[in-house]
Amino acid sequence: MSLLPFFQWCYQTPIAETIRNSSWLFPVIEAVHLLGLGLTVGAVLMVELRLLGAGLNRQPVSQLAASAQPWLLGAIAIMFASGIPLFMSEAIKAYYSFAFWVKMTSLFLVLLYTFTLRRRLTRADAGANPALPVRLMAAIALVLWFGVAWGGRWIGFS
Amino acid sequence: MSLLAFFEWLGDSSWSTGLHESQYAYSIIESLHVWAMAVFFGTIAMVDLRLLGWTMRKVPVTEVAGRLLPWTVTGFVIMVMTGSLLFLAIPLRSYQNIFFRSKMILLLLAGLNIWLFHRGIYRRVFSWNLEAMPPVRARIAGALSLALWTGIVVSGRMIAYNWFDCDRQPQTAIINFLTSCSGTGP
Repeated sequence: MSLLPFFQWCYQTPIAETIRNSSWLFPVIEAVHLLGLGLTVGAVLMVELRLLGAGLNRQPVSQLAASAQPWLLGAIAIMFASGIPLFMSEAIKAYYSFAFWVKMTSLFLVLLYTFTLRRRLTRADAGANPALPVRLMAAIALVLWFGVAWGGRWIGFS
Repeated sequence: MSLLAFFEWLGDSSWSTGLHESQYAYSIIESLHVWAMAVFFGTIAMVDLRLLGWTMRKVPVTEVAGRLLPWTVTGFVIMVMTGSLLFLAIPLRSYQNIFFRSKMILLLLAGLNIWLFHRGIYRRVFSWNLEAMPPVRARIAGALSLALWTGIVVSGRMIAYNWFDCDRQPQTAIINFLTSCSGTGP
């Protein structure tokens, strides 16, 4: 089954049309999305850098993860609340954009990691020098987040 | 030579036209700029939030700053390098852009805030290092930093839009004053 009809439906919703017909709505929502990106990366880095052994190494991972969690959830909420309307306003362009699919795939994988495997990693409390597999996983997560940000920016260029 | 003449000259240089006309260079540099922004903004925001007593309350302030600020500085250096290239690609339009100007002013204020913080309350950091809720002057510095960098990111994003550009006349007199436009065209 093709997803195209769903994307067409998104494109035709009143929200999407309102954004397209306004000269300032898209830029303003986009600016909020960009700030959300910064906050997301901050909340992510706090934990992933620690898992890499390149962050607050003297602190227990579990405690850092607990400190970062409300900010991570808040930032992700901002990203979805601003990103979904942006997507709807140009859903058909997104459907044919390679960057959009790179972004969605990376996003799905990294969120899956963050809310499953990472919870176990942070509960296990790696020492000051985390084991190689833990560091590797954190590095992969950062590459995926990079893919999300890169894909997002590149949707605008394509 | 006036700034205007200088940026006109810069815009005609081979470096500028090369960047401007390249198919991928501008997009790649801008992507790097955004990526560095995320690292910069994210890490400085976490330090600011610690100053506000809103996160990592059990971690000493100096440890948060010491471990996260190297990433902030790295992000900043990449942003200055890529940002200069982005400016070089379209110098005259950037110079006359109202959002570029507000961004530069906010950057100066953000720098001033950092300087005052380090000259002031941060000198005595070891007397409040372990407090979950830092003293009010540190909290103000953190809040100002968050507000200023938010304004800088928003201004930066808005540079791309041409609502107030010189070649879109008529604009109100105040806009033409703020962008140094003659009001009769570019």
